[in-house]
Amino acid sequence: MSKVQYKQIQFILNGHEVSASIDMRESLADMLRNEFGMTSVKKGCEVGECGACTVLIDGRPYDSCIFLAIWIDGRKVTTLEGLMDEDGSISDIQQAFIDEAAVQCGFCTPGFILSAEHLLQTGKRYSRDEIRRELSGNMCRCTGYQNIINAVEKTMDKRLEEKSESR
Amino acid sequence: MYDINHLYEATSVEHAVELRVEQPQALIISGGSDVLISIRAGGLAGCDLISLYGLDQLRGVSLDPDGSIRIGTLTSFTDLSEDPIIRERIPVLGEAAATVGGPQIRNIGTIGGNTCNGVTSADTATTLLAHDAFMELTGREGVRLVPMTEFYLGVKKVDIRPDEIATALLIRPQDYQDFHGSYFKYAMRDAMDIATSSCSVNVRLSPDKKTIEKARIGFGVAGPVPMRTPTAEEAVRGKPVSIDTIEAFAAGALEDVNPRTSWRASKEFRLHIQGELARRCLYESIRRAGGKV
Repeated sequence: MSKVQYKQIQFILNGHEVSASIDMRESLADMLRNEFGMTSVKKGCEVGECGACTVLIDGRPYDSCIFLAIWIDGRKVTTLEGLMDEDGSISDIQQAFIDEAAVQCGFCTPGFILSAEHLLQTGKRYSRDEIRRELSGNMCRCTGYQNIINAVEKTMDKRLEEKSESR
Repeated sequence: MYDINHLYEATSVEHAVELRVEQPQALIISGGSDVLISIRAGGLAGCDLISLYGLDQLRGVSLDPDGSIRIGTLTSFTDLSEDPIIRERIPVLGEAAATVGGPQIRNIGTIGGNTCNGVTSADTATTLLAHDAFMELTGREGVRLVPMTEFYLGVKKVDIRPDEIATALLIRPQDYQDFHGSYFKYAMRDAMDIATSSCSVNVRLSPDKKTIEKARIGFGVAGPVPMRTPTAEEAVRGKPVSIDTIEAFAAGALEDVNPRTSWRASKEFRLHIQGELARRCLYESIRRAGGKV
């Protein structure tokens, strides 16, 4: 093997500016877990099929296992840890996954919640079929998906309702 | 950790061309949804890479002064399918891009990677072929345009010279104006799947919508590389819009396709699907063009 290459990068992680010197061969998933302790980023298939490693980059969902860490320089990353309040309380979509029993083993949950968060942040109304399509890059081998879609749909309805009330 | 020997980051198109010359052994990586997976699987383990990812000038869709649609090779499938120029002028290309993988893959995968990796199942390639698109390649000597119909040389082999990188896909106005198209991806699942066979058709009808002036068809997984089927196109040129014409189109397509048996599907099954795809895509294209069968 040739000499290890390092690169200094800066980016925004869950609202905080951070920097790191990273091995250029590292995936974003590895870097987030190993350098920053973001263990909500799960490594499942590691080839971009299961979606367990999903993070939001500039608001859009990406499989962090097939994203080179060096490419994150200058961008904004959100992991599940970033959805918590300062006092540690969880967000509406996380609570909805609990309320709807959309979690069994829990391994796919962070990825699902981030794909859902992207959909919710668009502020649009999605049909159940459209929700399925938006979540089609995430796999769950326990729940059969129904409760996951219920959780997303209920959170979407609630947020849209709150939005129209605040007008 | 990926088994990458050395990674070179291009900072401009010129720099990328220089790197190509200096590091002829290095492979190009744009989004990585193909290359990184091949490294993980072992096939490309230990390779050198030239990363184009930072070249934002290769992202996005615009119109050239002559009316050609210019698609930067680093444009993601998501950006392609959401782009207003694509939606207005060549919606079938955005629809094809929206069938790739799932949302995460569509955010990272690029149209340049989808075409330059030389894979027959590429979802955008059939529509580009069927619109006589050109690949713009930039090298030491300047820019070279290659028709997509000549770009594919063989399985995973395309016409990119050692000093070149692909910088854009171009679709001329005479190749998209007045044409209406339809793409059908036949796969086992509605998401996260690769086409068993795919087909993209576009048609231009006479002003009274009764005659097919011109029809073009591109197939994926009908041969070693994405292909047109000229027999089908000739069979319907100047013919009335009718069921017989659609049948002649499907029969013509089957004369030219050459699918094989793979673990995904048998040759016989693919032939059946390809006739049906030609039929359905022409029917839908005619409908979108305002014609009635």
